[in-house]
Amino acid sequence: MTRIGVFVCWCGSNIASTVDVEKVAELAADLPGVAYSTTYKYMCSDPGQKLIAEAIKEHDLDRVVVAACSPSLHEPTFRGCLENEGLNPYMLEIANIREQCSWVHTDREEATEKALDLIGMAVAKVAHNAPLVASTIPVTRRALIIGGGISGIQAAIDVGLAGYEAVIVEREPSIGGRMAQFDKTFPTLDCAACILTPKMVAVSRNPNIKIYTHAEVEEVTGYVGNYVAKIRLRARSVDADKCTGCGTCWQKCPKRVSSEFDQHLGMRKAIHIPFPQAVPRVPVIDRDNCLWFQRGKCRICETSCEVGAVDFEQEDEVIEEEFGAIIVATGFTTFDHSAYKEYGAGQLKDVISGLQFERMVNSSGPTGGRILRPSDGKEVKTVVFVACVGSRDRAKGVAYCSRLCCMYTAKHGLLFKEHNPDGQAYVFYMDIRAAGKNYEEFVRRAQEEFGVNYLRGRVSRIFEEDGQLVVRGADTLSGTQVEIKADLVVLATALIARDDAVDVARMLGIPYDENHLFTEGHPKLAPVETVTSGVFLTGACQAPKDIPDTVATASAASAKALALFSSDVLTGEPMVSSIDTSLCSGCFACQEVCPFGAIEEVEIRDAMTRENRPVAHVIESLCHGCGNCTVVCRAGAPNLAGFSHEQILAELLAV
Amino acid sequence: MKYAYYPGCSLHATAKEYDISTKAVCEALGIELEEIPNWVCCGASSAHMTSELLSLALPVSDLVIAKDMGLDTLVCCAACYSRLRVANAQMVSDDGHRAQVNEIVGTEYSGESQVRHLLDVLVHEYGLDALREKVTRELSDLRVVGYYGCLLSRPPEIVAFDDPENPTAMDELAAALGAKALDWPNKTECCGQSLSLTRTDVVLKLCRDILQSACDRGADCIVVACPLCHSNLDMRQAQINRQYQTQFGVPILYFTQLVGLALGLEPKELGMSKHITSPSKLLAAKGLDKRKETA
Repeated sequence: MTRIGVFVCWCGSNIASTVDVEKVAELAADLPGVAYSTTYKYMCSDPGQKLIAEAIKEHDLDRVVVAACSPSLHEPTFRGCLENEGLNPYMLEIANIREQCSWVHTDREEATEKALDLIGMAVAKVAHNAPLVASTIPVTRRALIIGGGISGIQAAIDVGLAGYEAVIVEREPSIGGRMAQFDKTFPTLDCAACILTPKMVAVSRNPNIKIYTHAEVEEVTGYVGNYVAKIRLRARSVDADKCTGCGTCWQKCPKRVSSEFDQHLGMRKAIHIPFPQAVPRVPVIDRDNCLWFQRGKCRICETSCEVGAVDFEQEDEVIEEEFGAIIVATGFTTFDHSAYKEYGAGQLKDVISGLQFERMVNSSGPTGGRILRPSDGKEVKTVVFVACVGSRDRAKGVAYCSRLCCMYTAKHGLLFKEHNPDGQAYVFYMDIRAAGKNYEEFVRRAQEEFGVNYLRGRVSRIFEEDGQLVVRGADTLSGTQVEIKADLVVLATALIARDDAVDVARMLGIPYDENHLFTEGHPKLAPVETVTSGVFLTGACQAPKDIPDTVATASAASAKALALFSSDVLTGEPMVSSIDTSLCSGCFACQEVCPFGAIEEVEIRDAMTRENRPVAHVIESLCHGCGNCTVVCRAGAPNLAGFSHEQILAELLAV
Repeated sequence: MKYAYYPGCSLHATAKEYDISTKAVCEALGIELEEIPNWVCCGASSAHMTSELLSLALPVSDLVIAKDMGLDTLVCCAACYSRLRVANAQMVSDDGHRAQVNEIVGTEYSGESQVRHLLDVLVHEYGLDALREKVTRELSDLRVVGYYGCLLSRPPEIVAFDDPENPTAMDELAAALGAKALDWPNKTECCGQSLSLTRTDVVLKLCRDILQSACDRGADCIVVACPLCHSNLDMRQAQINRQYQTQFGVPILYFTQLVGLALGLEPKELGMSKHITSPSKLLAAKGLDKRKETA
């Protein structure tokens, strides 16, 4: 016979004013299996908990029902209380007589009756509770970092510093990401490369950090603490162990190709490193453009290489590695402004994106830092910057504000004036959003010290006339239409998710939003977590972020990974599903509805037929205890600990 | 190809030549038009400013007749087109408005009659290839700019047959007829129609800019698809010339008139004499002033 204790909480007047708690406690004492019942003003307070503890001892209770607020608030408190008294913490049930009763009803008599019903259900359920013990799972203390931009680099440094292994997988031939393309950074005007490259060198030197560039993660299986990633190391056609990075090959290569790194404003060679400070300094042959691969002649790089590092026969290699945590640092791309027909639909050569301007103004960029018209190479005397191209535009772009454009546009205006003090710079803006430390001051500096002209209004059309661009727009502060003849127009294009973000999300089993940005675990309280344990987010793959925010989230994500690594085992969730294989027909309807991929197929030997047959099996470490499988199975083969068929039936029968 | 024809007030009055040329061109192309009997105002410019329900009930009164005729509706005026499309879209998607409007009008209508603009029909339904075959008179000497105004391509979710910022249907049409369609930046600039009577000074400036841009690009004429654009650009040239000391005399033709010329019709069959800024000099200079018999 069970010995159940029922503890009814007044919650001050929150419950007691609507529910007759004394009467409820009195009647609860007569429920089957109840050995003791009482009330207290605040059951969650120290004296309240002490009251429960003493009752457990005094009345030799083996199960407890607390009738109080929602279990999402104090279930852990009362479980701890049971545990202290030597009871299994799962021998507890909470009857929610506040949110689901006293707060939503006014009639005292009816509310009292309902509270008693709720308690009766909890008592019936708890009689069927069994002690539950959480399982433990081992943890591989290595972090996989997808993406080698500033985000991935910072995360790797932090994991490496703590003494754990980090592996960066970067798609491009070098780490560095977007930041490597930038010229200066706002609001301090530090040279981006000068502050980035020391970090690139630091990761390449750290023995705890391994870098795979020109590589992609193709598949991820497993679960928190125990992920297995399949990584494709794409053929560089250069033996990284032999290559000294001397540069003779790319100097000698005769094939010139439009440079992706320079945003197609400059050229690179078929064998190339994307930029001079590339890490690793090992070139890659772009086989789609290489004369040898395309036409079967040339091989100049091979003959010019003194150490014989060029290897045309090299093939992709697919490796598998184990990880305990995954940090997603895949970054962003920029909005393609050809969607704006009124801005020339991407056909006007002198209408460029902000990222192209970064390359142009960069002294190691395609123009050597000179601001020239792409159409004819003439010096730019007048430049117009247009903010919010694609951002805050529900018709053609994305609804959100890209957050950085106001700042980088101010920086661009300032840099232009620095390069060209006699030139004119205009900025068309909707609002200036400069919320950041020293940001507003920076924008004011561009306006006041450098004389960048700010016009509040949208640009309605950009067209060519007499070999120049005409920018037609509104100045809403003076209420006039304006037309500016410009040599160059720079569009502050929105920061958007990468084209293959959805594929990455599906591979990792993490959700994404309507803009294909990855969804954080909680918008306020879990900003770098995801709903998939062990997968963390950093940088602009979650939402547009500037460098300081990106670095901060990188450190936050690595702290989360390090917390996982702090022990060599993880405590699992005890309220998990299990399959009664004697009932399982192997239809796998449960697998279809499991949002966590926690159900796998296993073979068992059938006792009757003596043949092997497939049945469902729950991977406990992946199960979140949602119960989907238990309701979808026609045979009732899955059963969820803590919410078993027996417990739920008992609850229903008690009403 | 047969449509219920909704001319609207302009085409029966100030834009008579749009109506004349529409009918002439459709006849020549074998597009049958049956005018909606007892049609009423579409509600443009006044109804939708005063009552949303009125602005829906008026077009629906017309569209329900087209539905009873078992035909889709053909419209030429860009303002009528906009109002009829808006009403139809609401009758399809907005359950609340549909019920209210049907009660007011005493009908059962839920957007059955598709509303098409003649430009859309010619380019996308009749087809430019078919049209090219009907051309009997070369317009290759004629340099035109297409002026779309505001309502023909906007809002895109309602009218949806051309790009809202860089519409090209009229340019494609002109090119198919053999004319030289020039690219220009003012094709969707505002002509100021809604300020026509209240702020004429603004209208003169806006129309001056449009005319100037067309002349700068070397256009012989401006081709339009809206009677309101037409009245502003055609009628106000003398006023503009006085105000700005300019010498504009740019013929403003309806696209239907351009099609008619290419089909070999005579200017008077296309109502050419009804323009305030006379196109006769241009037509004579280009040899387009006589009827051309079909070969």
